[in-house]
Amino acid sequence: MNSDNSMSSLLKEAQGIIGPQQGQMRDRIVNSIYQTAESIAASTVSTSGKVDWDRKIDKIITSKIWGFPIMLALLTVVLWITITGANVPSSLLAEGLFWIEAKLTDFFMAVNASEWLHGFLVLGVYRGLAWVVSVMLPPMAIFFPLFTLLEDLGYLPRVAFNLDRFFKGAGAHGKQALTMSMGFGCNAAGVIACRIIESPRERLIATLTNAFVPCNGRFPTLIALATIFISGSVAVTFKSAAATLTVAGLVVVGIAITLLVSFLLTKTLLRGIPSSFTLELPPYRKPQVGQVLIRSVLDRTIFVLARAMIIAAPAGGIVWILANTMIGDTSILALVAGWLDPFARHMGLDGFILMAFICGLPANEIVFPILIMSYVSGGAMMELDSLKALRQLLVEQHGWTWLTALCTTLFVLCHWPCGTTLFTIQREQKSWYWMFMAALIPTLVGIVLCIAVNYLVRGLGLV
Amino acid sequence: MCPTLNNIPVGCNALVKKINASGIKKRRLLDLGLVPGTKVEAVGRSPLGDPTAYNIRGAVIALRNEEASMVQVSKLGN
Repeated sequence: MNSDNSMSSLLKEAQGIIGPQQGQMRDRIVNSIYQTAESIAASTVSTSGKVDWDRKIDKIITSKIWGFPIMLALLTVVLWITITGANVPSSLLAEGLFWIEAKLTDFFMAVNASEWLHGFLVLGVYRGLAWVVSVMLPPMAIFFPLFTLLEDLGYLPRVAFNLDRFFKGAGAHGKQALTMSMGFGCNAAGVIACRIIESPRERLIATLTNAFVPCNGRFPTLIALATIFISGSVAVTFKSAAATLTVAGLVVVGIAITLLVSFLLTKTLLRGIPSSFTLELPPYRKPQVGQVLIRSVLDRTIFVLARAMIIAAPAGGIVWILANTMIGDTSILALVAGWLDPFARHMGLDGFILMAFICGLPANEIVFPILIMSYVSGGAMMELDSLKALRQLLVEQHGWTWLTALCTTLFVLCHWPCGTTLFTIQREQKSWYWMFMAALIPTLVGIVLCIAVNYLVRGLGLV
Repeated sequence: MCPTLNNIPVGCNALVKKINASGIKKRRLLDLGLVPGTKVEAVGRSPLGDPTAYNIRGAVIALRNEEASMVQVSKLGN
């Protein structure tokens, strides 16, 4: 008898003896571990005599009546503070940065620099940077700390708790609400946050739909468009309120699309039953305001801004070259835009808008700046130091209507995620296929949505 | 017929009797501290009725109906 055989027969015999009781055995071990832990806790931890504030707060925050209104109100308040707070510093920054641009131009003139060098460096690289900084920095510096504050308080798990029923209905995981919240900051961060979802199927659903949450790179565009178009048509006193409600509404639309697409995915590509869901509702904490400020400004604001600037600088230069290199009597930029134009018109956009989105693949932050640069480079140069001037550029010189703005906004909400996010998805899922799908799904949704809205509005004769 | 955890009204306590599951699902619930003999209180329900938050050994944990229905309990009242 060789040793392998004797070993396996011994194992078989042993299993035969304890077999039926194997489960009980495990239970007993777990039980005794908990008993020990319980006795240690009982002799060291005292909980008596404290008012349970957490319980009281949770009663309101997750109540049938107040649960959803409080969530919406918080979202609106955060956006309102961001929009109203960013207005003044944004225009101050723009003023200052364009004043520097004028000085730079003077300097280039003084040293007799060639025209293309001045164009490339000042009108291209510098102007791109100035745009990104003045449009993005103020809203980011306000939004991120506010958001980190909510995170620090312990409010986000309550959001997941309130919304879970929807996600369950869509066959997705309740923690997807958390990964979506992270997506507000940055979709790449949201994709990494999907690691908290244990089941691979639901993790993939959360990953593929994360782009439907407008990230920080897209918020400024949404805010700018809302401020230009919505608040242009209402009284001054309601301006920021109207813009705020529009952006909040867009976020809700994004969440609705997320749920719908998640539902469709569980019915088609990613069939399966919802896996188990457990979520801890941790005790509320008094936020450490100083830490929140430092962490959100350094880790998030500066990091995201630096990334945007690194990409915006060469992109600005390249766009200037494309706008100023002539083939025949049209620039390359106008040529490409003209080529994209017929399709873009079906979506309620124009060729320049669609091209700006494509150029914005490295970072969504630069979509709007690129659009403005390509618009401006075609016609008369102008100082775009105010939203009024922007409105003039879009409406009067390039024929934007509210429908153009609406379709652009919808496409901001639903299109391919930025290059960094796609790269992150590839790394997290270790699959080129799913990375491709993560770009394809939101793009298809965006194209269909834009075409539908465009034809519906035109068909009804509203424009 | 024993009630399961999802039948416990909010504000009421229950004692865990048995976990009606096997494999990884059972392990997860055991890991949360839901071993036989544990006192559990239903703390609150989500606005749409599911999931429910339970106080398990001092930690508030939300469970969906599906998970809570695997936990057999005996009612303790308030």
